[in-house]
Amino acid sequence: MITEFTPIASLIGGALIGLAAVVLMLTLGRVMGATGILAGAIFPSGSGDRGWRIALLLGMLSGPWLFKLISGAFPVIDVPMSPLMITVGGLIVGIGVTLGSGCTSGHGVCGLARISRRSLIAVLSFMFSTAVTVYVIRHVLGIG
Amino acid sequence: MKLPFAYLVGLIFGLGISLSGMANPAKVINFFDVAGTWDPSLAFVMGGGVIVTFIGYRLVLSRSKPLFERDFGLPKRTDIDARLIGGSLIFGVGWGIAGYCPGGALPALGTGNLTVLLFVVALLAGIVLTRIGETYLSDKEGTANG
Repeated sequence: MITEFTPIASLIGGALIGLAAVVLMLTLGRVMGATGILAGAIFPSGSGDRGWRIALLLGMLSGPWLFKLISGAFPVIDVPMSPLMITVGGLIVGIGVTLGSGCTSGHGVCGLARISRRSLIAVLSFMFSTAVTVYVIRHVLGIG
Repeated sequence: MKLPFAYLVGLIFGLGISLSGMANPAKVINFFDVAGTWDPSLAFVMGGGVIVTFIGYRLVLSRSKPLFERDFGLPKRTDIDARLIGGSLIFGVGWGIAGYCPGGALPALGTGNLTVLLFVVALLAGIVLTRIGETYLSDKEGTANG
């Protein structure tokens, strides 16, 4: 499935993600990692550690609604994967981000911005395995 | 003031994900499909995110503390271990199969899309099972050592 190259929208979208990370560090002093915020909402580190995470997650869910208010429609979601692939992929992502202590937002945006060696290694590792996986699924197995 | 700001952060993040195309698995997968229907947009998302965060963190972290907390909760570890690399490699395999990472899926869930819900349920199951498995293994290790 071909998707349109959107450098301007993607750059502004990325900048907003960065702005969210900066505001979270300024106000609550926390790293804006989706994995850490979600996992901490299920397994909070102490009393008073859950509320802000729930509020932030609710804000995330509202994001597409604000987008719709501005642009008139929800963001495009095309899922060329089968429900089985979504389920298996979701499970594997959950295992991987827990063991690897982060994902694209935590390691990819916040970690790289802090020039963290651990995050750089994490990003190179998951970018590599994602590219290999996509190549195998699309060009070896011929799915999607 | 913590909760309104946390909500605002999530809202900005969710708007950014929506605008960037990260909520769309077809677009995410195309970034990695250089040999096929390549779409380099994701590089601009990462670039925009890292540049703004790099500059913003320098300004914010020059303060002695955040506005509503006593100190900055920054990760302190610097060691590279097999768990970090192995976990990240595993994450990438799942990302390549499903086309969603946690930060892309959580805002997308707000649209009420049932496929995204399926992904998030599987994601939560993966996180919870891994945590439980680790607790079990470390308890066992503790007993063996004790």
